[in-house]
Amino acid sequence: MTATDPGDRKPGDAADISSRGGPRATLTPALTVTASLLGLCLLWSLAANAWPSRAFPGPGQAWQVLLREAASGDLFYHLGATLGRVAAAYVVAMIVGSVIGILLGSYRGADRFFNPWVILFLNIPALVIIVLAYIWFGLNEVAAIGAVAVNKIPNVVVTMREGARALDPSYAEMAAVYRFGPLDRVRHILLPQLQPYLAAASRSGIALIWKIVLVVELLGRSNGVGFQIYLYFQLFDVAAILAYTLAFVAVMLVIELLLVQPVERHATRWRRRPA
Amino acid sequence: MQPVGAVAPLRVDIAEKTFKSAQGISVTALKNLCFEVRQGEFACLLGPSGCGKTTTLRILLGLDRQFSGSFQLPEGGSKNRIAAVFQEPTLLPWRTVEENVRLALPKELRTKNLDGLFDTLGLAGMRSLYPAELSLGLARRAALARAFATEPAVLFLDEPFVSLDGRTADQLRHLLLAVWSARPTTALMVTHNLTEALTLSDRIIVLAPRPAHVLGIFDVALPRQHRSPEATSDLLRSFHRQFPGVT
Repeated sequence: MTATDPGDRKPGDAADISSRGGPRATLTPALTVTASLLGLCLLWSLAANAWPSRAFPGPGQAWQVLLREAASGDLFYHLGATLGRVAAAYVVAMIVGSVIGILLGSYRGADRFFNPWVILFLNIPALVIIVLAYIWFGLNEVAAIGAVAVNKIPNVVVTMREGARALDPSYAEMAAVYRFGPLDRVRHILLPQLQPYLAAASRSGIALIWKIVLVVELLGRSNGVGFQIYLYFQLFDVAAILAYTLAFVAVMLVIELLLVQPVERHATRWRRRPA
Repeated sequence: MQPVGAVAPLRVDIAEKTFKSAQGISVTALKNLCFEVRQGEFACLLGPSGCGKTTTLRILLGLDRQFSGSFQLPEGGSKNRIAAVFQEPTLLPWRTVEENVRLALPKELRTKNLDGLFDTLGLAGMRSLYPAELSLGLARRAALARAFATEPAVLFLDEPFVSLDGRTADQLRHLLLAVWSARPTTALMVTHNLTEALTLSDRIIVLAPRPAHVLGIFDVALPRQHRSPEATSDLLRSFHRQFPGVT
């Protein structure tokens, strides 16, 4: 009967074409990324050769350390410890931050009252929170993860507050008329509308969290990438510091490619153009 | 026509509804608005644009509780549920057409067979599409499907055919009558289109401009299947005799 009008058709058709050109369209970006990374490595090794110093090892040396640490199992032990802390802090920060952010975005009075608190916490340096957490709660895992989460929560609050302010009331009214249950409202009305904001908070969150986790490990933990970096800093072993850094960056890249992007693709499948 | 399960009529008695504008000036939208819709009857609320029709509907839908007066919704259907077709289709863009319809259903009806309904509305091939892939006309059909699938005790429609071209709107009116006749439900439709009201309804509740109150009732005695274009223009003439000045 009435099909989509011609004006609406165009984006869909464009998407068809790009997906039909499949292998080449997906291969070209991958090649570009590989070439770009190889170029960076080349530049690094040229610079290391031009300025030979123990403080600036080339990619080959870093790779050797990486293989040695991997063979002994140390690499995976410390990567795992850091990854666990990142995951725990991320989950806590996203849940607590989202709940507070949605509440502040929904109730103007509460927002006016608590906004100064949000600004205050946004501006407390990460180091202060970490030190205070260790002093007050002791050098333990809960204090470490809590301190990282508290550092991230204000950012999540600010992003999710914007998301809650942008909620479309007509969907909530539809849900009220058709008597959606509370769970259905969260799953089918609230979360899909907040998805772009959740994605933004997640993206900036993971990067920030893992950097703060290293500081937490350096100051008060006896394992993790941060602890190892501090150890090799004292030994002045720059190759090992670079090896651990690159290993963790690689892990985060894999998470981004294999977890974050597919989840996002699934969440935005209803949009005609990938966001 | 047999009313299905409905026992009580829809009874509206709104004493007053006022709005506070941004400048703090209060505007009276409704005043002494009283009317009744009998069980199983399709009624239209006809009035000029901006007279408070949508406000009335929002009160009846329970979306606006700041008013004085009372109303009583019909009982029956599945658990006295109400259904609404809004001015915009208001489909969830992140759910398919079928998911949109099923989500509105109570738990015990979630898995019911919807083939007949989708067939009648010409949506059989579109159940797995997302709303963005539908034209406005199709999206409105999906909104109708959602409303009728819930087997409500009363159905509210807020100008569901505005911003459609004439042919599509006509087609949708026929589809609406087709699904409504299959299960006659007490229905109240808001419209400012007199011809539409004369085509669809059993009675027309004519509203005066702001503050809205009932000007009079026009009963459309002619059975729907006899409302040919000529018969409709006869109805139009007798309507104008009864309500001179109302278009």
